[in-house]
Amino acid sequence: MNRLLVWYGELATTRKLTTRGLALLAVPLIWIVVLLVAPLGAMVAWSVASRAATGDIEWTFSLQNFGRLAGYDAFGWTKSYLVILGTTLVISTITTVITLALAYPLSFFIAQRRPARRYLWLTLIIIPFCTNLVIRTYAWMLLLGNQMPPALLAQWLHLIGPSEALYPSTLAVYIGMVSNSLPFAVLPLYTNVEKLDWAIVEASRDLYSRPMRTFFHGILPQTLPGLVTAIVLTFIPAMGAFLIPDLLGGGKSWMLGNLIQHQFGVSRDFPFGAAVSLVLTFLTMVGLLILRRSGDEVTFL
Amino acid sequence: MSRAEAAPRVRRSHWLLSTIAGATMVFLYLPLVAVAAMSVNAARFGVAWKGFSLRWYAQLLHNQVVLQAALNTLILAAVSTAISTVLGTLLAIGLERFPWPRWMRRIVDAVVYVPVVTPDIVFAVGMLLAFEAVRQAMGGLRLGLATMIVAHVTFQISFVALVVGSRLATLGRSVEEAARDLYADTWHSLRTITLPLIAPGIVAGAMLAFTLSLDDFVISFFTSGPSSVTLPLYIYGSLRRGVSPDIHALSTIVFLVTVTLVLGLQLFTRSPKEE
Repeated sequence: MNRLLVWYGELATTRKLTTRGLALLAVPLIWIVVLLVAPLGAMVAWSVASRAATGDIEWTFSLQNFGRLAGYDAFGWTKSYLVILGTTLVISTITTVITLALAYPLSFFIAQRRPARRYLWLTLIIIPFCTNLVIRTYAWMLLLGNQMPPALLAQWLHLIGPSEALYPSTLAVYIGMVSNSLPFAVLPLYTNVEKLDWAIVEASRDLYSRPMRTFFHGILPQTLPGLVTAIVLTFIPAMGAFLIPDLLGGGKSWMLGNLIQHQFGVSRDFPFGAAVSLVLTFLTMVGLLILRRSGDEVTFL
Repeated sequence: MSRAEAAPRVRRSHWLLSTIAGATMVFLYLPLVAVAAMSVNAARFGVAWKGFSLRWYAQLLHNQVVLQAALNTLILAAVSTAISTVLGTLLAIGLERFPWPRWMRRIVDAVVYVPVVTPDIVFAVGMLLAFEAVRQAMGGLRLGLATMIVAHVTFQISFVALVVGSRLATLGRSVEEAARDLYADTWHSLRTITLPLIAPGIVAGAMLAFTLSLDDFVISFFTSGPSSVTLPLYIYGSLRRGVSPDIHALSTIVFLVTVTLVLGLQLFTRSPKEE
């Protein structure tokens, strides 16, 4: 269908515009589609393949990799992989809750500064966010080491044994995860809080509602879109964490990310690694869909 | 009309808010400060203070592996940024400035968001498996800088397209329409009107892409080969082997480079309205 239309002050036809637009879009679209669809296809293909005893890949369809993740193997049922799945969900959820509990008041604090000061605070938040994760995680390893003040204090309080460090431990994983995701949560929350309509809060006060009620009816609903984005940007990276539990956690805090990395490193079991990655993708997509239902569009930056 | 006029009161914060804000800053920066402090500590072993010294920085300059890794990191970041900035800008202009049917906009938007919302380990595994599949099917593909560049470009394009796209959306149509009314052709209007107007967006997108590339560890970790060690990979490797103090110096340098980049990025993303 070829229509005549005025587009940005130019008299053009739809066919002409489509040709021109596709010429611009062709290369980036082909790049993105090929390099996003191909990996996804590769992941599905590998996940239903299996590894022969010789170590070669057998390209025959089987769902045994997913069965293995659910705990079924040649020797019956074990819970080991399901425990890792559970640990991942628990750590990600608790991380998200703690992060939001810190980021929510922080974004109000920043929004109440003068404009120039807000800028300074935001920059201070963004800097660690842009620093390489390896460096930030190592920095925690250094700070939680056995001769540093936090560990010395814990030793003195007999929370840990003499000359022990605070890592590897689940606590260290939480510290690393929360500090990693704080900026992700503060940025969308701040953009939301900054636009808050305080007249509603004042109206609620004028009508003698108690502070709690003002918060739940006047403030919280207004910040819901920011909260949803903050949850998405905290929970999804947390689900895929691998470096932080690897460096700061012990064997007890293995997450799906560690399991995946293990398959591509030590075990060299690509099909199983692909299956676990697919399950992780599926879980994050489900989370994303649920949150999208309840909130606004996911916005970033 | 600015927002400041509409809401003249600068609210005083509750003491609890200030405490949380202060504590969060300590939480975010204390570990990094500890690393910086250790980087100028003369002690070879342990964390006890043995006096100020820059010897670990000097030592880095003679470490061939570190210098090669720094070079690899810069090549990776620069090349992937250059490619992704061009592709991301094309994508943004192509999407924003043409009357595409709504379903197509929606699909492309969703595809663009995929790298933003997927956990990076899944993205990395997908890339690795795709490269591995190509290798098995055709042979000859070796993991190295080239595969890392391809992987980095793929997730950078989306971020560049989002930044440039939002700049395009805020521009509105009037200036470009005026150019058309004055008989500028497509190419002329694009080159002399649209591109200069969105230049800050393109620069911001490029700087974001560069920062993302420097910031990345997981995707590099999965798609690198033995000859393409970058600084994050080198630091990770030495953590496994046991840390020597020059890692502190190296981390501090990378941190300072990041700070410079972020400050630069802030200058370009600050929208004209706020100034």
